[in-house]
Order: sequence, then structure tokens, then C-alpha cells
Amino acid sequence: MIPDLGKYADAVLSSYAVSIALIVALVAFSVMRGRKVRAEMEKVEQRMSRNG
Amino acid sequence: MIALLLRDLKLAFRAGGGFGLGLAFFLIVTVMVPFAVGPQSSLLSTIAPGVLWLGALLACLLSLDRLLALDWEDGSLDLLATAPLPLEAVVTVKALAHWLTTGLPLVLAAPFLGVLLNLPMPGFFWLVISLLIGTPAMSVIGTFGAALTVGLKRGGLLLSLLVLPLYVPTLIFGAEVARRGATGMEVQTPLLMLAGITAATIALLPFASAAVLRINLR
Amino acid sequence: MSIAAKANALWEYANPRKFLETSERVLPFFWIVSTICIVVGLIWGFFFTPDDYKQGSTVKIIYLHVPAALMAINCWLMMLATSLVWLVRRHHVSALAARAAAPIGIVMTLIALLTGAIWGQPMWGTWWAWDPRLTSFLILFLFYLGYVALWEAIEDPDTAADLTSVLCLVGSVFAILSRYAVNFWNQGLHQGASVMRAGAVTGADTEEKVSNVFFYPLLACIIGFVLLFIALVLYRTGTEIRARRIKALQARERVGG
Repeated sequence: MIPDLGKYADAVLSSYAVSIALIVALVAFSVMRGRKVRAEMEKVEQRMSRNG
Repeated sequence: MIALLLRDLKLAFRAGGGFGLGLAFFLIVTVMVPFAVGPQSSLLSTIAPGVLWLGALLACLLSLDRLLALDWEDGSLDLLATAPLPLEAVVTVKALAHWLTTGLPLVLAAPFLGVLLNLPMPGFFWLVISLLIGTPAMSVIGTFGAALTVGLKRGGLLLSLLVLPLYVPTLIFGAEVARRGATGMEVQTPLLMLAGITAATIALLPFASAAVLRINLR
Repeated sequence: MSIAAKANALWEYANPRKFLETSERVLPFFWIVSTICIVVGLIWGFFFTPDDYKQGSTVKIIYLHVPAALMAINCWLMMLATSLVWLVRRHHVSALAARAAAPIGIVMTLIALLTGAIWGQPMWGTWWAWDPRLTSFLILFLFYLGYVALWEAIEDPDTAADLTSVLCLVGSVFAILSRYAVNFWNQGLHQGASVMRAGAVTGADTEEKVSNVFFYPLLACIIGFVLLFIALVLYRTGTEIRARRIKALQARERVGG
């Protein structure tokens, strides 16, 4: 399945791993913060509308 | 303007004004370098121009947070902002005062510290010239950084983080002049570039500094 | 539609609510298409392209290295543009978009630097060389750090937006200056030695040299990275807008109560 990477296998695989990990972390972090902020905003808005 | 300059100079020379701190820092950094890299004179003379430039730069950086912070704290910055003098002139004078109290002493001290580091003979002249041309740019850029962080409580570290990348071109060309001068190569190109950067920063950056200061004083 | 009307239509998105609505509608498209592009590009590049005759299999790193490097620079350009829009037209969305983009720029720069180092190790025999290109990216990284640090440090959001915008403008000028300075500086150190090295990794050079075999998957990856960047910026800007609204509401609450 994995193509023959020859003697450079470590370099290729590690750079793919590092890059993909960083991108996934960035997306995950963004989405997590986005969800949290959105939930908090809804909470605050509800409180506001209840209190008038 | 001159009154403001004299006032700043007086404040700096007064006890507790911080004059000489930068100079002392420059001395200490230079003295520490042989402890760190070893006492071989050939090695020291190779790295001397770069070390002296870096030392001067750090000494300059160290004194930046006092540049506007004191005036900010006692409210005189607000007075200056409402004074008839344009804010652009105020920041230029501030930068000039900073250069006279920090940059110029560093330039004058550099040759003596060069002796400590075995700087080659032809290097002294070019070291002084390059510092003389380069340090005004450092003061002006530093004023911009100080204006950016003036309202912050712990702005010192942030100031370094913001200003150091802006120092890169000055450091590269300045140290290049000193290094080439020390090895007897031609120095015209980096010298012209250094002078160009200094002239451009002096001409343009005060506008940015004043704009930033206005935002912070709002 | 006249140009003026079109321009007006564009400014409508400066309205935070309008921006949130529209970005919510188009975001799924960007997420999906960018994921498809990147996955296809990477799989194509990783499994179905031959090794380079000189660089062996390390050439496969290009599918990550070049798009990341491109986005690292384009992200700064986008921040520059949005900072200008904020300073001139005072649209809050614009300033918040710049804030939202900066961490993406940091990650892209980091990817470019890391993959570059990993690639450089077998090719040049060193993780790091003070090559002009590498050095410029390191400096760009420092600029990003300073920019983000300034955003984090200032309490008042409008002041923060103003100050970071000015920093972005001034920083751009100095970043370009540094680029030239670094070019000059390394040539001054060892003439020509870096030209061939840099030529081996630059995008422009590889596109000429590298045949279509490498080019199409690379193109897919670049498009994917661009779309991913847009998706992330839209999403993160939405988050910043909401965070800002929370702050405003809480302030109103305090005043009212």
C-alpha cells in the first residue's frame, strides 16, 4: 500500500505527520473555541432578553 | 521644541533618570562575551563587530520602555498632546532625546569596548561610523514601539518582541558595515543602505508613532 | 450593475450580522471542497507520483511545503488589506478578520519552516541553513508573534484594532526591507552558495523544472490550502464577532444592572 520511499521515508513521513497534525490542531482549536463562544453568546443573549 | 528637548535631557541626567544604565549594560554584555565563547583573540576579533552591534542594540532596547512611560504616568504626555506643538514633532524630539542620552554614548563607548574584544585596527573607524548612522534609526523605531505599548502595564517584554523584528534590517546592514570594515572589504553598499534606512525611518516613522500615540491617548 | 453599486454590495458584508449569515451559508462549501482538494492532492502526490531523479522521494514534501509557504505570505497580505480597510472605513469585521487570520499565518509559517527543515536535512545535510529564504520566513514568523501578542495585550478592542493595524502596516514595510537585507547579507557571507540550494526548493523554480506529474497534485493542494484558509478565516472571524458581541452585551448588562 505505502509506496517505496527509499532511504528518505523518515523525512517524508515525518513532514506529512507534522503538517497534518498542525493543520488538524488548528482546525480543532478554531472549532472548539467557536462552539464555546457561540454557546456563551446564546446564553448571554437569553439572559438579556429575559431581563429585558 | 528646544524647550522640550532640554527638559527631556535634564530629566534623563537627573538622578534616577536612567542615564548611563544603557551604557553600563553595553559594558557588561561585552565583558560577558569572552566568558561565554572563550578567550582566543582570533575568535574574538572575528565576532567583535557583530557582538558590539548586538550589544548596542540591546542596550538601546533596554532603555526604550522609559522613553514615554514616565511622561505617560505623570500625565505630561496628555499635556504635550494638547500643546500647540504637533505630536509628530513631539515624538521626533523624544527620539532625539533618547538618541542623545543612549545612542550617542553607546557610539562613543564602542571603540573602548572594541579594544576588549580585539577588534582589528581598521574596524574601529567603521564601527563608529556604522553605529553613528545606525543608532538614530534604532531610537526612532524604538519610539514607535514605545508609543505602541505605552498604555500597557507590563509592556516591557512585549515592546522587545515588537521592536526586535523591526531592528533586523538596521542590524544586518550596520553589522555588515562594521564586519566588512574590520576585514578591509569595501563597505559602500551596506553603508548606503544603512544610511537610507535611517533617513527613511526618521522621515516617515514619526508619523506612525504620532498616530499610534493619538490612538493610545484617546 | 454599475461598479459603484457592486462596491456597495461588497461593503454590505461589513455588517456583522450580514457577514455571519452569509459566512454560515457558504462555509460548508469551503470546508468540503478544501478537504476534498487537500485529500485528493496529498493522496495523489503521496501514492501516485514518481520519485524525483535527484531528490528521491523527498520531493513528495513539496505538496505540503509550497502551499503552506504560499499561504504564510498571502495571509500576511490579507491582514495588511483588512488592516487598511479597518483604518480607512472603520468596519469592525475587517479588523476582526485580521485578528482571526494571524494564528493561521503562524501555523502556516511553522509548517513551511518545519517541512523545510525536514526536507533540508537529507538534501543539504543540515536542518537549518541561514539561507535568505529560510531566514525571511523566520523573520515573518517573528512578525506574526509580535502582532498576535499585541492583540492579546490590549484590553480595549477598538484601540487594539487600531494599534495592530498600524503595526501591520509598518511591519509590512520592515518585512520587505528585511527580505532585501537578508538577501544582501547572505550573498555577502558566501557568494552564490545559496543560489543553487534555494533554487532547489523555490516554488517558481520547481514549477518550471517539475513536469506535470508533480504539478497537478501540487495545484490541487494549493487550491485546497487557499480554500481551507478562507474557510478558517470566515469561521474564526465569526467566532471573533460573537466574542465581541458577548463583551458588548456584558458591558451593557453591567451598566443596566
